Amino acid sequence: MTGFYTLFYKEILRFWKVSFQTVAAPVLTSLLYLLVFAHVLDAHVEPYPGVRYTAFLIPGLAMMTMLQNAFANTSSSLIQSKITGNIVYILLPPLSHLEFFGAYVLAAMLRGLVVGMGVFIAALFFALPSFTYPLWILVFAVLGSLIMAILGMIAGIWAEKFDQLAAFQNFLIMPLTFLSGVFYSIHSLPPFWQKVSHANPVFYLIDGFRYGFFGVSDTSPWVSLLVAGGCCAALALYTLHLVKSGYKLRH
Amino acid sequence: MSAAIAFDGVGKQYGDFHALHDVSFSVEQGDFFALLGPNGAGKTTLISILGGLTRASRGSARVMGHDVQQDYRAARRSVGIVPQELVFDPFFTVRETLEFQSGYFGIRNNDDWIDEILANLGLSEKANSNMRALSGGMKRRVMVAQALVHRPPVIVLDEPTAGVDVALRQTLWAFIRRLNADGHTIVLTTHYLEEAEELCNRIAMLKQGRLIALEDKHRLMNRGKARSLLLRLKPAELPPALQPLLQGRRDDAFELHLDDCATLERILSEIRQAGVELRDIEVAKPDLEDIFLDMMRSQPRTEQA
Repeated sequence: MTGFYTLFYKEILRFWKVSFQTVAAPVLTSLLYLLVFAHVLDAHVEPYPGVRYTAFLIPGLAMMTMLQNAFANTSSSLIQSKITGNIVYILLPPLSHLEFFGAYVLAAMLRGLVVGMGVFIAALFFALPSFTYPLWILVFAVLGSLIMAILGMIAGIWAEKFDQLAAFQNFLIMPLTFLSGVFYSIHSLPPFWQKVSHANPVFYLIDGFRYGFFGVSDTSPWVSLLVAGGCCAALALYTLHLVKSGYKLRH
Repeated sequence: MSAAIAFDGVGKQYGDFHALHDVSFSVEQGDFFALLGPNGAGKTTLISILGGLTRASRGSARVMGHDVQQDYRAARRSVGIVPQELVFDPFFTVRETLEFQSGYFGIRNNDDWIDEILANLGLSEKANSNMRALSGGMKRRVMVAQALVHRPPVIVLDEPTAGVDVALRQTLWAFIRRLNADGHTIVLTTHYLEEAEELCNRIAMLKQGRLIALEDKHRLMNRGKARSLLLRLKPAELPPALQPLLQGRRDDAFELHLDDCATLERILSEIRQAGVELRDIEVAKPDLEDIFLDMMRSQPRTEQA
């Protein structure tokens, strides 16, 4: 367990040492979104009856930021280690594939949660969402960060250059998160795009997360839990297999 | 007692390119072993297989009796590898780097040993410097330290002194010699043949992924070209009885083939009998470089990819 714990701690320290960039910056970005969108839309849009747009937006932004940062942590750590070559110092010790996977993914999940919490605390100055079901909030925060941390690991292992990683991020992760209902309730969409949104796993994360705050959502939180949990388990198994086989790590 | 390292029929293929062909040899415990070969001979691939960084396409490798695939935990705990490329994690200080490396090997509270390694490698003053702030030579020392944190019985250094100043080479070799004297098995690859000649007791040579020599250093040095004897005579005429031994002339000296010391006796007595005056005598021993270059040239070039 010492090996796992050390790698986990190293990964936390890695982002914490540059927390201005890895924690403060994404919190600020979210606040800018919140400022602009709240200013423009708060008076015009009421996503759920009795829920102000600003309050509605906060959980969405918090989740989006968590997802992006969890993804960034595993993917950037791995690609940097691969490109600089210091990944050998992780590959030479007797760490099992489970320890390797667990340490990277849990540290990235933690960064996601820390950043999400930061967004949340900062956003409280703008509007106070309610906390109807705190347990659902926690469940979806953890699941969302986990899923993206694992996707980040896949991207980090697969990519050989920074531009490949950027492609993964810009063409897959960004559209999935932006089109998942961060900024709007999908009930406001035309029927066709509602259907499309239902094929996006990130939609369920944000929808379930929001249910925890307001007690209303586009889909039942149990359905969201099932989809998110299923995705998380499938991705974890696949990634464990990749790491165990040494794909792109042990040649 | 199991061998420190054993390669058995190891082959490695990247697509159509054969990096290693059926390489088998072992390194005994306590050896100071040199792995020589030109660039691209497969030395680093072989070492990577040992550390689990690369997987062999065929055959098996063991460290202290532990298979590097089946029993990878025990195998990796038994070996410390200093990679060839200069790599470091810019986020951390020297001490943090070594503490993390200890932790990955499951060792907590390793500070006493870390201090000892730092002192032996002349790094004590740099312990709290960030890795980014170190010179290339200093980073190289940290890499050596990283390979030693878990006190591995087998230490592998892949060209540790490439591009490193003389001071470090000496500090490093003094330390490695002491580790060897304490019972650690040392394997090194180097381009500096005099290092291998000075330090190692056994030598393997690789060429194009094949093992072409594996011998005790002294036996290897006696192989290749035998010793030769340089004679300067007055008058400069070689007695007829010695003509069969003549290999050539260097300036005014005769170069004779010398098998063993008995031949030397015979040569000297022939000279006395011929009444020639002996002005100078010199025994020329081939060095490892000669043998190395000889072997690299003489082996037939085979199936180049």
